[in-house]
This record gives sequence, C-alpha cells and structure tokens, in this order.
Amino acid sequence: MAELSYRDAVARGLAQEMERDERVVLIGEDVAKAGGVFKTTVGLYEQFGPTRVRDTPISEEAITGMIMGAAMNGLIPVGELMFSDFLATCWDIVANQIAKTRYMTGGQVELPLVIRTANGGGSRFGGQHAQSLENWAMAVPGLKVVAPATPADVIGLMAAAIRDPDPVIVFEHKALFATKGEVPDGEIVDTLGTARVLREGDDVTIVALAAMVHTALDAAKILGGLGISAEVIDLRSLVPLDTQTILNSVAKTTRLATVEENPRLVGWGAEISSLVAEEAFWDLDGPIVRVTTPHIPLPAAGELEDLAIPSVERVVDAISAMSG
Amino acid sequence: MEIALDIRLAMYDGMVRARYFEKRAYDLFMQGLVKGTTHLGLGQEAVAAGFAVAMQPDDMSYCTYRGHNHTLLRGAPMNALMGELMGRSNGICEAKGGSMHLTDVSKGAMGSYAIVGAHLPVAAGAAWAAQLRGTDQVSVCFFGDGTTNIGAFHESLNMAAVWDLPVVFVCENNLYMEYTAISDVIAVEHPAADRASAYGLEGIVVDGNDADAVYEVAVAAYQRARAGEGPSLIEALTYRHKGHSRADPGKYRPDEEVEEWLKRDPIDIYRERLLSLGVEPAKLDEIEAKAAAEVDAATEASKNAPPPDPAVLLTDVWADGGSSWRN
Repeated sequence: MAELSYRDAVARGLAQEMERDERVVLIGEDVAKAGGVFKTTVGLYEQFGPTRVRDTPISEEAITGMIMGAAMNGLIPVGELMFSDFLATCWDIVANQIAKTRYMTGGQVELPLVIRTANGGGSRFGGQHAQSLENWAMAVPGLKVVAPATPADVIGLMAAAIRDPDPVIVFEHKALFATKGEVPDGEIVDTLGTARVLREGDDVTIVALAAMVHTALDAAKILGGLGISAEVIDLRSLVPLDTQTILNSVAKTTRLATVEENPRLVGWGAEISSLVAEEAFWDLDGPIVRVTTPHIPLPAAGELEDLAIPSVERVVDAISAMSG
Repeated sequence: MEIALDIRLAMYDGMVRARYFEKRAYDLFMQGLVKGTTHLGLGQEAVAAGFAVAMQPDDMSYCTYRGHNHTLLRGAPMNALMGELMGRSNGICEAKGGSMHLTDVSKGAMGSYAIVGAHLPVAAGAAWAAQLRGTDQVSVCFFGDGTTNIGAFHESLNMAAVWDLPVVFVCENNLYMEYTAISDVIAVEHPAADRASAYGLEGIVVDGNDADAVYEVAVAAYQRARAGEGPSLIEALTYRHKGHSRADPGKYRPDEEVEEWLKRDPIDIYRERLLSLGVEPAKLDEIEAKAAAEVDAATEASKNAPPPDPAVLLTDVWADGGSSWRN
C-alpha cells in the first residue's frame, strides 16, 4: 500500500496493462515525449518506446478513427483526447462509427479500444475546456463509460477498460489529478459496471460521480452533524450501470439525491431518477432531488465557476431541505 | 506491365458480376423490394475490380455507402449481400446494416461507412496495426471526390504520410459530390491528386474506366505500401451511370456529358480489349451468363428468405452478444 496521486495512477494503470499485453498501445497529442499536458503519461514513452507510445498531430478524428481501425486489426489501442470538450470535434467517429459498427455489421466487428479524456471543471479554463460531458457518452448505445474518483479506481477501472472487448471511454477528472489516495501494491483490476458504497447511512442516498464523489462525502459529514445519516454511492461507471446498488440503497434510506457536475438537462442523474421513480417509487418517502450545474456553459472566473458546479454547501442545503 | 490472362478474366468477371448485381438492386429498389436507399456504383466497376483483384486475401478494404461493388469483389457472398439490401434474414449484417453498411470481415471487406470521410482514419488505423504487428497487410480505402473537402481527409492523409502507413487512398472521382459538380466546390482541377503534395505524396491520376490501368497503379501502390514506403493517394477518373442515390435521375448533368461517358463504359471497353487479345467470345458469354444466373439465384434466395428474427433487434451491441446496459 502506498500513496499515489490520481495523475500518477493514470500512468501506472496504463503501464500495468502495457507490460501485460504488447497489443496495448497509446496515442494522442503530447502523450509521448512530453508525458501528457496533465503529466498523466509520464515515463510511458521511455518504458515502452516510440512505437507503442506515440505523439499525434492535433487531429482528433484521426486519433479516434485510427484507434478504431487498429482495434479492427489486432491491437488494443488507447487514444487520449486532451480535453473531453474535444470529443465534439470527433463525435462522428465516436458516436457514429465506434459505437455502432458492431451492431450495424451484425456482430462482425469487435472494437477493444479505450478513449481517455480529461473531463470536468474547477480549473478556471472557461467554457471550452471544463465541461462535464460524461452524459453525452452515456446517451450513445455502444459506448461504455467510466469516471473514477480515486487513484486506486483510476488504475483498476483503466485496466478493466483496456481488458474489455467493447469500446470504453474513461473520463479522468482534471480537478482530481493532484489528489492523492492509498493504492494497493501489485496488479489492480476492477470491474466495469460496479458502483461502490463509500459511506453507509440510513436517511438519504446520495449518488455521485468523479469529483462530485468528494463533494458528496464532505456534505455527508456535515449532514451527519445535523442529524442526517447519508449513504454515499460512487457510481464509477455509467455504462454498464449498477442499478442494484442504487435500488438497494434507496430501499433502505427511502430518499435519493444525485450530485452531478453535468448541466441540468438530461444529466445522468435524470436517468437515475427515472429508474428509481419507475422501479422503487414505493420505497421513496419524498421527492428525488438533483443537484447539478445550472443549464449554462461554464464561466471562467473562479467566483462564478464555484457558483456553477455543485458545492458542499449546495448539497447540504438541498438534502437538509428534502429531509426537513 | 504484362497482365496475366487469368487476372484479366478475374477483373472482367468481377465487373460483370458487380454490374448485374447493381442493376438488379436498382430494379428491386424501384419495385419497393429494396427499401431505404441505395448508392450505385454502376459505371465505376473498373476501379473496384482493378484494386480488388490486385489485393491479397488478408488485405483490408474500406469503402463508402457506394460500396456494393467493393464488398462483392472482395469475395462477399452475393446471396448475403442481396439479402442485406432487401432486409432479409439471410443478410450479411443480419439485416441491421442495410445497403450503406455492407461488411464481410471474413473476406477483408472491413465495412461500408456512410458518413463522408469517416473511414479514412479507420483505414489508416488498420494499416498502423499492420505496420506495428509486421503483418504485410495493406489497407485500401475507397472514397468519392466529395470526401476531399472534409476534415477527416486531411487528418488521415497527413497522419498516414507522417507515419509511413501501408494504406492506399483511392479517390473515385465521378465528377459530382452529390448533385453538385466537384469543380464548383474546389479550387484545383483534381480534388485528390492536386492535394497530394501537401502530404509529400505523388499526385496520381488514373483512367478509372480502364481496368488494366487501375490494376497497374494498384499493384504499384501495394508494393510501395508493403515495402514500408508509405501511403499512396490515387485519383481514379470515372463516372456513375445513375444518379447519386435512390431514384435520382441525375438531371443536373449535361446530356452530352452523360452520353460521352456512357460510350466509355468500362465493361464494354474491357470486353473489346479481351476480344482483341484473342479471348473467345464464348468465354466472355459464359462469364456473363454465370453472373446473370448468380444474380437471379441471389434475388430468389433473398425473396424467399424470412424477415429478420425479432430477437436480433437486441443483439450485438456488446461483445457479450447482447444490449444490456444495467444489472
């Protein structure tokens, strides 16, 4: 067991899989010699060499298209999109080609590939480098979607994504890169589609993802002081979705809140809310609450961005109100 | 280059089979038995035949929605292609792809891609894997003149050139992007070849209605790719006999232009050439009769095939065979 940063966990997860299987390769802008703009791939170029870790031009369609073609011909490629916002420049390849090709060919094409991308706000980058777009990917049949909140999960879910025979998008959260956590020694391999109860409670279930997991945990501590026992679920994976962990928790607590960084409309919390309303309505003792970023592009100034992204205070207030 | 007679006959056979297949596809569409849409390559068969016959079985080809020819000529079974067009259970993609997505991975026909330009980086990626794994495969990517104006063209050509990938990009310049003349929307004469220098590549233009000429540039490009010398960009000049898609009569094209190109039908040209080389007319008649019978049989088989099993609706989203997103 050792302490590791979230950013170093990215490199460790990739290195673990590249050592295990020579078919695993990594491409992207500045991922090789520079070690990534967020320093998440430091050391991989030196360890695995220029044919397996390769810098690309600023060409997101080529990056995503090429990993698709490489996956069709015997490699297990990992492509980095520097910011998740750049998904918009190659959404055709991701949503029309990668996601649909297995289905449209009657199962002839297998695409064991991973897209890694830096997602989310908190860095004062403004509207085009800070969005939380995991719900875009969740909306496309054929894409698996994970978003780890801790260094250990970064390694384990990265490994699971690379070993999965389907396309997986790993959303790494920019605001978490510098955070640290305890990581077990040796190989770590997690399971896609498994949520985790990080804090047990009796009064309300809080479902969160990525950076919002930490916000939810901090809020739960404060709520505990107010006499509200909150259970916090780290969703970890949007597709596949671990509905059982959510439904079981709501059956116990009778209340549900989601904490989402994505803008309000059609955020992933809407799907969770719909699911609980459809399948656990009689377990509920009150309305479901969604705490989200407002339906706005993200602003640059710190004072404004902090108002936009769900804060500990907003979560505490929303849950206090629902329980009151 | 002296082209062996068996190669020449294979190209003729391929062109005739593609022609008859697509004429039948058109008829079936007009009868309402092929739904949705079709994009026919009638008139462009020499491009498909020349490149396909020069490939090795494990080479990979990528094409567009105008991809019936290319998929058929890699060896995909005609019955299953016709079934796919007609949306029947014998379809090669389980009737989930349709005309625009014909694919037979077992034959190296790696798919038909219906968003213009999307398959260029995919073809480059397959070539990258071949390069890394040292397989000696070539990846061949067919696209139309209209594709040369979309970003993925530039991104893919640049990357393939920088990485010396064994990929051959083939622009089938049929003069019209859809309904608009390509010359109305580009600043150069040749949409592909005139851009080649931007990627450090030679601008190659070939008569796409002459199967022999196509075959020769294909062989040279594949050799270059296998020798590790990088990609090629080839512009094949050709013409589609029908409109862009469906029942489009192509009225935006001048009558004289259409007439001129119809006189240069690649199959007529090649039949004459084979006869002049001493091939017996009976041999060519036999190829044609066999192709006609194959098309009839594929049509009947597909008409008689049941509709798709409703169960396939929810299969093949994931590698486990299903479509579940939850536990």
